[in-house]
Amino acid sequence: MVQILSFSLLAAGVALMLIAAVGVVRFPDLFMRIHCSAKSPSLGVGLIMLGAALYFDDITVSSKAAVIVMFIMVTSPVGAHVLARAAYFAGVPLWRETLSDELRDHYDLKTHELGRPGATPARRPRPPQPDL
Amino acid sequence: MNLLVLNLCLALVWVLLTGTLTLLNLIIGFGIGYFVLLMLRNVFPRARYFRTVPYLIEFLLYFAWELLLANLRVAIDVLTPRHRMHPRVLALPLDVKTDEGITLLANLITLTPGSVSLDVSSDRTVMYLHVMYASDPELVRRTIKEGLERRVIRLLRGIERR
Repeated sequence: MVQILSFSLLAAGVALMLIAAVGVVRFPDLFMRIHCSAKSPSLGVGLIMLGAALYFDDITVSSKAAVIVMFIMVTSPVGAHVLARAAYFAGVPLWRETLSDELRDHYDLKTHELGRPGATPARRPRPPQPDL
Repeated sequence: MNLLVLNLCLALVWVLLTGTLTLLNLIIGFGIGYFVLLMLRNVFPRARYFRTVPYLIEFLLYFAWELLLANLRVAIDVLTPRHRMHPRVLALPLDVKTDEGITLLANLITLTPGSVSLDVSSDRTVMYLHVMYASDPELVRRTIKEGLERRVIRLLRGIERR
């Protein structure tokens, strides 16, 4: 019973990551590829690790699985965010059917200040940066 | 969060007493420890721990469910020949004020497929997102605000003021 459950969890995880890989090829622009590549694995790896932890039922395996899932959950969105941000400001074009872009014209390329909608070129003082 | 340490100690005692060190048993011990502390609630006046833990569990369940739904949605879109996405770059006004809150929210938004956080404005009042299914931008904004952001605020408030 536990075996069936753990095998189906593993299969679901692998299938999800396969679908994500297909999506990376199929989706029309870089941002949607990031959607696909960076996040389906977070659930996919989670399912695989859950399956492995169920199968072995051992503290050394399940604690490792928990730590792996935690690391993936912490690091993968940061990577996706950094890639998407860098791509946007480097001028990677959005898909031609993108409906609206509320970020355009709010970013000051010289000072690297990012304004908000409504407050056009606001010269706001930078928030105090902590000394590191 | 002294109560958390206490609760972990109780879980450890449970594991030592039963003598089986598995993750499941640790979780059971934590649950029993939490129940014991709940019985002794009057000893710890003004402890927010008893409200934070249910929030945390509700939050985890909600997030897991959202993650599953969003993944299925993207998977269906990948497998069917037609593209049915309506991508937009949206501005999301923020109610979270602290840096930790914004970081947590941005990470969670990026984790759910269908939205990637692009950047936060310099005065930290607006977060820009790339959303994949945004035929109705107001609906997306409301879902994120009332779903994820409300829970993040509630959770952080519970952790900060102990």
